Amino acid sequence: MSSRPGGKNPNPSVRKRHEVTDLFGETPHRRSTTNGRHGHGHGRLPYSSQKQSKRRHFSSTEGQSADSDRKATRRLASENMKSVHHRRIASLARHFRMEEGGSIAFSPTSATASSFAHVKQAPEDAILGVTVAYNKDPSPVKVNLGVGAYRTEEGKPLVLNVVRKAEEQLLADRARNKEYLGITGIPQFNKLSAELILGRDSPAIAQGRVITAQCLSGTGSLRVGGEFLATHYSGPKVIYVPSPTWGNHLKIFPLAGLETRTYRYYNPKTRGLDYEGMIEDLRAAPNGAVVLLHACAHNPTGVDLTQEEWEGLRKVIRNDKQQLPFFDSAYQGFASGSLDTDAFAVRRFVNDGGETFIAQSYAKNMGLYGERVGALSIVVRDPSVAARVESQLKLVIRPMYSSPPTYGAAIVSTILSNPALYDEWKVELKAMADRIISMRHQLFDALKARKTPGDWTHILNQIGMFTFTGLNKQQVEYMTKEYHIYMTMDGRISMAGLSSRTVPQLADAIHSAVVKFSS
Amino acid sequence: MTLAAGVSKFEAVTMAPPDPILGVSEAFRADTSDAKLNLGVGAYRTEELQPLVLNVVKKAEKKMLESGENKEYLPIEGLAAFNKATAELLLGADSPAIKEGRVATVQGLSGTGSLRLGAAFIQRYFPGAKVLISSPTWGNHKNIFNDAGVPWSEYRYFEPKTVGLDFEGMMADIKDAPSGSFILLHGCAHNPTGIDPTPEQWEKIADLIEEKGHMAFFDVAYQGFASGSLDQDADSVRLFVKRGLEILVAQSYSKNLGLYAERIGAINAVVHSSDVAVRVKSQLKRLARPMYSNPPVHGAKIVANVVGDAALFDEWRAEMEMMAGRIKTVRQRLYDDLSTKDKSGKDWSFVLKQIGMFSFTGLNRAQSDNMSDKWHVYMTKDGRISLAGLSLAKCSYLADAIIDSYYNVQ
Repeated sequence: MSSRPGGKNPNPSVRKRHEVTDLFGETPHRRSTTNGRHGHGHGRLPYSSQKQSKRRHFSSTEGQSADSDRKATRRLASENMKSVHHRRIASLARHFRMEEGGSIAFSPTSATASSFAHVKQAPEDAILGVTVAYNKDPSPVKVNLGVGAYRTEEGKPLVLNVVRKAEEQLLADRARNKEYLGITGIPQFNKLSAELILGRDSPAIAQGRVITAQCLSGTGSLRVGGEFLATHYSGPKVIYVPSPTWGNHLKIFPLAGLETRTYRYYNPKTRGLDYEGMIEDLRAAPNGAVVLLHACAHNPTGVDLTQEEWEGLRKVIRNDKQQLPFFDSAYQGFASGSLDTDAFAVRRFVNDGGETFIAQSYAKNMGLYGERVGALSIVVRDPSVAARVESQLKLVIRPMYSSPPTYGAAIVSTILSNPALYDEWKVELKAMADRIISMRHQLFDALKARKTPGDWTHILNQIGMFTFTGLNKQQVEYMTKEYHIYMTMDGRISMAGLSSRTVPQLADAIHSAVVKFSS
Repeated sequence: MTLAAGVSKFEAVTMAPPDPILGVSEAFRADTSDAKLNLGVGAYRTEELQPLVLNVVKKAEKKMLESGENKEYLPIEGLAAFNKATAELLLGADSPAIKEGRVATVQGLSGTGSLRLGAAFIQRYFPGAKVLISSPTWGNHKNIFNDAGVPWSEYRYFEPKTVGLDFEGMMADIKDAPSGSFILLHGCAHNPTGIDPTPEQWEKIADLIEEKGHMAFFDVAYQGFASGSLDQDADSVRLFVKRGLEILVAQSYSKNLGLYAERIGAINAVVHSSDVAVRVKSQLKRLARPMYSNPPVHGAKIVANVVGDAALFDEWRAEMEMMAGRIKTVRQRLYDDLSTKDKSGKDWSFVLKQIGMFSFTGLNRAQSDNMSDKWHVYMTKDGRISLAGLSLAKCSYLADAIIDSYYNVQ
């Protein structure tokens, strides 16, 4: 089944998609078979490359067994039929209403059963829901340590100076227009993004082995990459993600069509990396599986591999298992303050000549959150493969959103292509990273001063925006209720949301929670 | 599975052909002839055949930069001010459905992204339900439903003999569809044909859809562009809503606000109760989050600023009338040139009757190839030309090209 954290699928071969026959004896459409006639339309699609159908691992009852999955699908189909009957009756009944005294009158707009009546309320997204709850809180001392968005020392969102300069430049440029970008976005943006993550002197780039497509930030890059793999990857259509990982990974990949499993990563006892567990799980995983790796500043734990550990992992993935690494790079420059240092792992893997997927985001390191700027880079072994891969990548993107939004990518391009702006960016980026590091020290010192029970050195050791405090759900709920501290239930706090002013309040809250509910 | 070292895991990937629509622009760019004309993608051009950024858009962007707003993540459903504005534009500011909270609106990535969210919603909540798309329709519709895993079939639409609407065929095919099907309808300015149902025909279509328990799924990409009037172009959608029918509607601001590359649109569900609207919206969000998390802010703010400012809104309406007006003028000139040059007496009046950016010329594949190969006129292979890419100055040349292709190529 799709994600069962920590568990191993008893059947390592790729799971078959459920056969669903609809009420009219037709099987619902599947994507992409070379001989398939899709719908009853114009005949076969001329451009499907493989006979494999894409696997859809969506189940409306996620996390349950295959059996209950089939039951759920039948139930949905049966509900659909009821819904059809409802609609027919509702359609007729709509024209009447009951009058007082029991007679029936003609009323074309009386409220009747909706065709959507069976749609249930979705729970609020776990991470974004924290901000929703925070916004509802009337307390003047509330602190939002939920979503990973940088805040200044004054607790305000930040638009980088260099971004404003770029925007002014763009606005003043009379040659600019808003014509559709190509499906893979702005070519200069793509080139500069590849160089940013791989290094300007990257052999892979020089050899024409890198395809880059502008996508919607990290999420969009991961989704497009996942869908591409589900259709075109010749290895097993399964991806391994670390446990824990960013919650949205567990939604993106199943919907993209990849079976999603986990490998051990975080050791709660040490609040550090479970290196042996990770290696063991990846060795036990199928050869050729896809492996998701956080390039740096692991989210949510902040626990990263050392250079030696990266090298050990690389050998297993490349030499022993021929697995495909898929890097999620959302914090380049934010972890250490240096763009090159933070790209170490990605470059080490790519420079060994093996194939690699990379999702980049500019949300945090350029503060372009809402503009949705990112890139998917695919590094292949062979330049002749690159052009074919790019052409098929376009077929994934076109039916999703046609082409990406221009504004944010134009800002990035402007900055990266201008040496003065590039340098200014690096300075602003380092300042953000440094402020976060100083928050780590302040929080650590504050807990030490309060003699809060426990070892809190992980606050100093963990890297990037987040700290995995080790606090449990009960403690978190207490902190929210009593101290108006908003954070995710897994104990993750965004250091970017802290300031010198709010550190004492957070330290008090942690101290109080730990003392009251010793874990 | 052990793989030989050194072999790409993507070795078996074959080269995909270029996108039939976007590929036309690529071919146009590669052509070095001075006579070349791009009538491929539906992007508005001025008489000088230059792209146009609307004045109101420039003003809005300037205002936005001066106000120094931040770039925080939008909520998953997008910018609230945009969602409010877009629903009101579509349904009318005084719409009872909006007042009663019966409209679920989620900002989407222009028309494509909004259709994709709607399609994903159908796949999840109406499993097995089929979508009927017109024959022909915008080339990307089938790709969207394919990738969303929604089965589709076609309803007759274009009648080549009359170069008009095959209304009987359309109604018969909608009638034959299994009850509970989704019928994809172009709100106005049908793409690629430019042929729209009359108001009477819309009434009958609504009757039939209601009778069969189907649901209308409107694609509204040209509101304001068809007639020049935002309200008139929304008549078809508003008719269904007035009847109390539940519908899905995908909107795009690519053409009518010239925001092509900003990717701004919305998916709307008009439903029977506010409770249902809240739930439907929550599930649309749940589909958007693993696709791109939250939508881009820039285009949404432009729309919200233009619609939210009375002066800018009026100016927008004027600019839109200007764009729609230029297209009507060009249609007239092309028709005049065709009628004058073609001595055979063929009826070219469909050029005048068709509505919106596109004209379905009736040219076949070979004839369309002749247009590009011999005349350097780029169009899609289904015979569609974009009048938005035509200038008065080029009408005579185009008429020559069409006549040559129509008569001299089989």
